[in-house]
Amino acid sequence: MNAMLSKNTWDIVVIGGGNAALCAAITASEAGARVLILESAPKTYRGGNSRHTRNFRCMHRGPLSVLTGSYGEDEYFDDLMLVTKGKTDEPLARLAIRSSEDCLPWMEAHGVRFQPSLSGTLSLSRTNAFFLGGGKALVNAYYNTAEDLGVTVAYDAEMTHVHLDGDRVTHLDARIGGETHRIAARAAVLASGGFQSDLDWLTRAWGPAAANFLIRGTPYNRGVVLRDMLDQGCESVGDPTQCHAVAIDGRAPKFDGGIVTRLDCVPFSVVVNRDGERFYDEGEDVWPKRYAIWGRLVAAQPDQVGYAIIDAKSIDLFMPSVFPPNRADTIEELGTQMGLDGARLAATVAAFNAACRPGTFHPTELDRLATVGLSPAKTNWARPLDTPPYYGYQLRPGVTFTYLGLKVSDSAQVHTAQGPVRNLWAAGEIMAGSILGQGYLAGFGMTIGTVFGRIAGREAAAHVN
Amino acid sequence: MSIDVIAEARRQTEICNACRYCEGFCSVFPALTRNKAFADGDITHLANLCHNCRGCYYSCQYTAPHEFALNFPAALAEVRQESWERHAWPRPFARLFHESGVAIAVVLVAGFALILGMLQTLHSGGGSGFYAYLAHGAMVALFLPAFLLPLASVAVSLRGYWQEIGGGSLRWRDLLGAGRSAARLKNLDGGQGQGCNFEQGDRYSDRRRWLHQTVLYGFLLCFAATSSGTVLHYAFDMQAPYGFFSLPKLLGVPGGILLTVGCAGLAWLKTQADPALGAVRVWGGEMAFVLLLGATGATGLALYLASGTAAVPVLLTIHLGTVLAFFLLLPFSKMVHGFYRFATLVAEEQKKAAVRDAQARP
Repeated sequence: MNAMLSKNTWDIVVIGGGNAALCAAITASEAGARVLILESAPKTYRGGNSRHTRNFRCMHRGPLSVLTGSYGEDEYFDDLMLVTKGKTDEPLARLAIRSSEDCLPWMEAHGVRFQPSLSGTLSLSRTNAFFLGGGKALVNAYYNTAEDLGVTVAYDAEMTHVHLDGDRVTHLDARIGGETHRIAARAAVLASGGFQSDLDWLTRAWGPAAANFLIRGTPYNRGVVLRDMLDQGCESVGDPTQCHAVAIDGRAPKFDGGIVTRLDCVPFSVVVNRDGERFYDEGEDVWPKRYAIWGRLVAAQPDQVGYAIIDAKSIDLFMPSVFPPNRADTIEELGTQMGLDGARLAATVAAFNAACRPGTFHPTELDRLATVGLSPAKTNWARPLDTPPYYGYQLRPGVTFTYLGLKVSDSAQVHTAQGPVRNLWAAGEIMAGSILGQGYLAGFGMTIGTVFGRIAGREAAAHVN
Repeated sequence: MSIDVIAEARRQTEICNACRYCEGFCSVFPALTRNKAFADGDITHLANLCHNCRGCYYSCQYTAPHEFALNFPAALAEVRQESWERHAWPRPFARLFHESGVAIAVVLVAGFALILGMLQTLHSGGGSGFYAYLAHGAMVALFLPAFLLPLASVAVSLRGYWQEIGGGSLRWRDLLGAGRSAARLKNLDGGQGQGCNFEQGDRYSDRRRWLHQTVLYGFLLCFAATSSGTVLHYAFDMQAPYGFFSLPKLLGVPGGILLTVGCAGLAWLKTQADPALGAVRVWGGEMAFVLLLGATGATGLALYLASGTAAVPVLLTIHLGTVLAFFLLLPFSKMVHGFYRFATLVAEEQKKAAVRDAQARP
């Protein structure tokens, strides 16, 4: 197998094995190209961060598959502008949005199955199409489709260097099964994700606090390809120091904790830092609109850790956690159990309780049940913690992705300062920084990957045919 | 034993409940969202609701080598298997026959020997057809208790099981709902009719569902054939052998063919699937059971085809011995799954209705 990889000249080598890579490989193969996928993960972990995804944000002018109502280009674009605060390449963003409508039937035709919104996510039933079984089922479907088309897949195959000669890629080096192979290809598609799993790079970019971050996704997104291309003068976009981080369960695995490590308890909690002090308004807005900022908030606290404390009144108001919470009959005991100064925590909670006012509590909407005379205030859902047992969850920043990427044209082509690289395209997280310069919009990563994966596959196939 | 498998299934259930990506595959995932904490009876209920379609395993981002090491179909299969053995009565037989194909074969051979002995010692008083070899009265004396005693045993088991999973009083709408699900084997269709993940790994296939229903309907036809024969015999004084255009044959011949073909297909699928996604220790017992069930159909057809030839005594011995072994092992073999599954589907209808009723109340 490995000898065969270096003996052939491939039409197209796709570097990466997630959604964008598979969309590119399938599209190119259907256009008649001989395609090789180099997936750096072993087969059991194939698919990059796509394994952890669950939906696809899709424009549609009327009900489409499992999507209800309609979701037009402008509304979609406005949603994007809200999270990116304008840090987006508008033509590319609109291209992704407009193309998403055609993508959904294409995905279904290539084996992806959708299902109605999952329980607890009804708010997304109009905008996001959920994958039956989640992202790994999508990845499996695409690998099966690719296999049926005759695409060759090499696992445990890490690209180490893309040889650029002027405006062309000549060949690649890849480490497969412990040996370095020279792989000849007429075109290449880079779809190997960001660099968030290279903790040294993350630490250089963010600072020493990054050592305490958890990585929510695959340990295989080490940014090797990205680094290699940047070192060779390819143009970049996105803030090189930033990553998207949310607050997750502090007991999550270092890598690959995925969806289950999320904690939705913050709006109903008193959140304190290592020193037992509150540091931000826990009730600023509904959780789907605020969970993303809590990664940064916790990252800015000493030791990058936070503690969310609730009482028995709130335990059933949010999705169950993957690890059971700490539990005690008094706040002080709970604090001690969690390694905090129990008396200090009890004092913070007592001050909070004293600032609560009577009123109507409504867990699913902004109820304006706010504290009075407390700093920082809690502006919604502020109920005293007075009903034992008390529960506590440790919070840590969980990194989802990094923003630094390759700059591409509207045909997904990679550029150097001298102009386009004639036979090199990029898709997915490695170029998403062009469109998502800040923040995150649920299901949009899969949209970028699918749209630009298909464009890259189409363009690469047109180049070699 | 029971504590360990339930604890492991509970650990995995709690991870699934925090994820919920698999909600669309089957009834198990919507059912587990009803709880935040899971009592032993809840886990046993979920385990028996799981039809082992394996869609969740192949879609799971947390399977080994991930440290969560989820294998939900196997965890539930272990609990399910253990629940059948725990509730079986008399209990010591259960584990033996569930696990051991050899033990099943021994019962089968003993069945042959018993029938052979009866053929040689109890000469018939001149009946026709196979009653020429074994009198109707002798057959009834053997098969009536061999049929009723196992059913009584299953009834005792189900009573304990029903209490454990918190089943309520029976209502028609719950029975109907369960019947609809069982008739289509809804929980093996992958949620969208694409089928399950069995003999082709992460590719969906509907073969297992079709073959299972081939067996189910074949079995029901054979059962109806036997029942119709009994009615003809006692109510209308029409005695075997029956011609082809009679109820017992019109039901029994297609039934026997479906049973034989379906079991052969299921046995083949079983050799293709990954054993580690089920209860590994009972693989041999399950396989032996499928073959035994298929053999009841195949030997019955063979006996019919051989009517009037010298092969009848041998084939009669084999067929009756097979049927006898099948009946006697009913409470202690995979056959018992049908009873537990149906009871669980009924209980699930009740539990869903309870949630609906609670939501409807102001």
